[in-house]
Amino acid sequence: MLERIEQIKKEALESLQKVQDEAALEQWRIAHLGRSSPLMQVFSEFGALPKEERPRIGQAANQAKQVIEASFSERAQAIQEMKLNRALTEDTLDVTLPGRDFRRGRLHPSTQTMRRILAILAEMGFQVFTSREVETDEYNFQLLNFPPHHPAREMQDTLYIQAEGRGDNPLLLKTHTSPGQIRSMRYFAALNPDNPPPIRIALPGMCFRAEQITARSEVQFNQVEGLAVGEGITYADLKGTLADFARRMFGQNARVRFRSSYFPFTEPSAEVDVECFVCGGKGCSVCKQSGWLEILGCGMVHPVVLQNGGYDPRRYTGYAFGMGPERQAMLRYRINDIRYFWGNDMRFLEQF
Amino acid sequence: MKVPLSWLRDFVDIHLPVEDLARKLTAAGLEVDSIRYVGLPVPETKAGERHEFKSDGIAWDREKIVVAEIYEVMPHPNADRLVLCDLFDGREKHIVLTGAPNLYPYKGQGKLPRPIKVAYAKEGATLYDGHADGQTLMTLKRTKIRGVESYSMACSEKELGISDDHEGIIFLDDDAIPGTPLADYMGDVVFEISILPNMARCANIFGIAREVAALTGQPLKKPQIREQAGGSPIRDLVKIRIENPELNPRFVLGLIRNVEIKPSPYWVQRRLRLAGMRPINNVVDATNYTMLEIGEPLHAFDYDVLVRRAGGQPVTIITRTARPGEKLTTLDGVERTLSENNVLVCDSAGALSIAGVMGGQESEITEATRNILLEGAAWNFINIRRTAREHNLPSEASYRFSRGVHPALADVGVRRCLEWMAAWAGGVAAPDLVDAYPLPPVDPTVEVTPRDVRRLLGIEMSAEQIADLLRRVEFECQVDGDTVTVKTPPYRMDIGEGVVGLADVLEEVARLYGIENIPETRMADPLPPQLGNPAYEREEHLRDILVNLGLQEVITYRPTSQEREARLGIGGEAVRIANPIAPERSILRRSLLASVLDITEKNARLRESLAFFEIGPVFVSRGNDLPDEPRKLAIVLTGKRYSQAWDSKSSALLDFYDLKGIVAGMLDALALRGVSYEPLRESPIYHPGKCAQVIYDGKILGVFGELHPTIHARYEFGNAPVLGAEFDLDLLLSVEPVYTIRPVPEFPPVLEDIAVVVDDAVPAAQVEALIRQTGGKMVTSVRLFDVFRGEQIGRGKKSLAYSLTYQADKTLTDDEVATVRNKIVQRLQRELGAVLRT
Repeated sequence: MLERIEQIKKEALESLQKVQDEAALEQWRIAHLGRSSPLMQVFSEFGALPKEERPRIGQAANQAKQVIEASFSERAQAIQEMKLNRALTEDTLDVTLPGRDFRRGRLHPSTQTMRRILAILAEMGFQVFTSREVETDEYNFQLLNFPPHHPAREMQDTLYIQAEGRGDNPLLLKTHTSPGQIRSMRYFAALNPDNPPPIRIALPGMCFRAEQITARSEVQFNQVEGLAVGEGITYADLKGTLADFARRMFGQNARVRFRSSYFPFTEPSAEVDVECFVCGGKGCSVCKQSGWLEILGCGMVHPVVLQNGGYDPRRYTGYAFGMGPERQAMLRYRINDIRYFWGNDMRFLEQF
Repeated sequence: MKVPLSWLRDFVDIHLPVEDLARKLTAAGLEVDSIRYVGLPVPETKAGERHEFKSDGIAWDREKIVVAEIYEVMPHPNADRLVLCDLFDGREKHIVLTGAPNLYPYKGQGKLPRPIKVAYAKEGATLYDGHADGQTLMTLKRTKIRGVESYSMACSEKELGISDDHEGIIFLDDDAIPGTPLADYMGDVVFEISILPNMARCANIFGIAREVAALTGQPLKKPQIREQAGGSPIRDLVKIRIENPELNPRFVLGLIRNVEIKPSPYWVQRRLRLAGMRPINNVVDATNYTMLEIGEPLHAFDYDVLVRRAGGQPVTIITRTARPGEKLTTLDGVERTLSENNVLVCDSAGALSIAGVMGGQESEITEATRNILLEGAAWNFINIRRTAREHNLPSEASYRFSRGVHPALADVGVRRCLEWMAAWAGGVAAPDLVDAYPLPPVDPTVEVTPRDVRRLLGIEMSAEQIADLLRRVEFECQVDGDTVTVKTPPYRMDIGEGVVGLADVLEEVARLYGIENIPETRMADPLPPQLGNPAYEREEHLRDILVNLGLQEVITYRPTSQEREARLGIGGEAVRIANPIAPERSILRRSLLASVLDITEKNARLRESLAFFEIGPVFVSRGNDLPDEPRKLAIVLTGKRYSQAWDSKSSALLDFYDLKGIVAGMLDALALRGVSYEPLRESPIYHPGKCAQVIYDGKILGVFGELHPTIHARYEFGNAPVLGAEFDLDLLLSVEPVYTIRPVPEFPPVLEDIAVVVDDAVPAAQVEALIRQTGGKMVTSVRLFDVFRGEQIGRGKKSLAYSLTYQADKTLTDDEVATVRNKIVQRLQRELGAVLRT
């Protein structure tokens, strides 16, 4: 009897090794652990055994049953794992297929650059002050120390607006953000005319020139101007402010260079070059091998302009600086055609 | 302005390398745009290397390009148009073949009485090809021309890169010594310098030399005028009458007799060419040379013509404004009709020239001219500017006069020019000048202190240091304690009075000190009062919201055209540009939507779906006053709703409800609660059944909808519907947002769906409003999840299915929910005839 039990166990375990899937496993279970399996047969014959043999045989049969059941569970788990592995293998994607498009919104590159500039200026204490786009000759020129017929007016080709009876004060599209200097100074001076407060503002805005639309020139363009007025503001402060700005805008190592220049509304005036951030000043196609990029115009606010803004030039000094976001974007992103900005072709806009 | 280095050296010693000088000039406001090397070594320009200045030109090899002299010009045995020159290059003799027409007159005359000095290039020399267009380099090679061997040549200006003249070879002046490397004899560098409007004083060689001297600390060598006069003095012969001193503050005349008109010495011609002017003859060249040299434009009259016109009377020069319709034929042969703004130089017989702009033909210098009356004057710069513009006559003279020439230069210019005429044309000047000077300018005096310098420039400087700097450019300075009294020198007109004058002088201090030497400091001034700019901040916030909703921002042109806007049915009055750059940019936009639709059309074929927005002003005419500039928001959507992927090919198109979703999302993000949407049937832009206006607090914030088919057809959009929206930004952003946040409920909600059948004409918003009203606080969310029409529910009916959320400050029982639900159903039944669908 003991041999028979041993034989049953051996056969069961051997055949279990051949079982490969769940169906076969179930068949095996019925055959080897089912009610009519040989092992169960042994248990049913148990009553017929001599009494003294029962404990020994019973113990052997129970042990065999435990071994067979344990092997069965083990096998069942192995088959489960095999099945999962097979399923995972079959369920493999081509990860190189394109993902589904998600419609991404974007700011216009000009807005992006403008925001970058304004964010840096804001941290430096310059608050945004906005003003209108159609201006009078008075605000765009005269109050900024461009008298009628002054040669400096030739530096800016102006688009005029049709209007009758305005004499020497025609309407025009502002050629620069500087009318905002007068508008902001007058605004602040009005707060306390006898003791006008200091000013530190950024003037962003669209400007216009009577220029043909080509790869290099545009009829409209954005400008940002910074203006600081106070009782102790110097040219050295202007240099320090712009050097700080350049480091923030163009990188910690950006060096700036000042060149004397002329604008009617500042004196002294300067053009500011930043060492080319593309080549680090070594010379490349972006800086036309010069190592420098012209990015700013600046100067100390002209006494006439201070006066026109309601600030006594004997008491106050100030500086102003201006730059073009599109020009900076063109340098940064190597855009060689300024028409891309207002052309709004998706093939351009999508790249930002 | 083109400035030859050799000419600068007449007035100042220059020891700096060329690029260092250019850098100094540029930093001081004389921006060097480019450097042209004419014979001297050109710095090598390699790609990827820094070259601060645009440079070009040619170096003349010192061995291969030298001064030579021609002893004899002989005919070529086989060609009429070629000659052979017997030439000596300082070491050996050569027979040189050339086709230069200016040698023909000497052909076959045997040994010349005086050898002709030429620029001689030997075999292997690199030159510009005289026969090619533009500047093409070539190297001289040994060849045979019509049987005669040739390996070298006498050069033209074009071949040497001096000018584009290839009419003949250069005849050098007699001081050229054969064998001298040509680069040593006349190699040069030409700086192209931009002259800023406030630096008109530098629009001449001497003016630049003065700056160079000041910037490099070298002494300035002023021109020494040697006057040699003879014959009867001019004051007995010529009178001047100035009618309007405001327009003509000074008028000076000089006279020179017995000149011989011929070409100028070569060095004069070369300098004029390098400076960008064309040599004419010795007399005209003398006027141009003097103008370029010291800045005073001059005009030469044929004196004998004036004497003839005076008919026996003394010559009287009159300056006056032109009479209406008065005519004058100018030097260029054009008869010009003058206006009362133009100032004329006249004699008793009539107009002679347009003052400061261009001479008249009748009194111009000709080959036959013997006696010359020379004018040096001062004019009102604004008047000259207007006249030059009016007649479209930009000239070297009007360029200078229209920027301001100091009247003190008038007599200096005449004296200097007479000296050159005497030297180059052999005449003798009459003693003295006639000088009418009714309105001498006041050269401002300004007081400067170290405190002023510190206050504006942020640098410490003593009174003496300030005076030393300013004296370098000829300001007269007196130091008294801490005060420098500064008198403006009589060559510049850019220094004002009072606070302006102070700023003008401080600018000079900064420039001469070197702005690169001014330190960089951080502002110590107190910060200003902080003032918010909520309109700007909210606008930027709105931009972010729209980007988050998946829209692409565009920025379009403000200048547009009537035709473009007419497509959207926009008409009426517009703000018009008086001088538009093109007809399609002639008015300022009245509709932001029209601009965004133009961009949509441009992109329609490029992408399967488009979603744009723009924020910006439109322009509303107020007649002759400043226009209103209300700010708008425009949105346009069109194309496929879902982007096409490789496994899904939905053809659904964006429609009204996509746009409404964006609009609602935007308003939600702006925290605007309680907005209503009302159908708008009479918009000319939108489909009458697919258009809504957005109302808040009784005000229309904006309108949106699907474009009217008639409008759609005017664009090349393709077939997809185009959705548009336009909002009044000022109104939209003026609404105070509701920022109060509801607490998150602690108790579980009860979710329940109900569907009601109503007449098709009943707006969904009405059903929802009734549910909300009736549900009160307990119904916290009402979401429409299905709209169904079909036979089952009857024609003209629709079923609206809502998902309701019931919520309270406790766990709701079924009975409590059922009570509210029944109330809602009953109310819908009563007021809308709704039937609960089960």
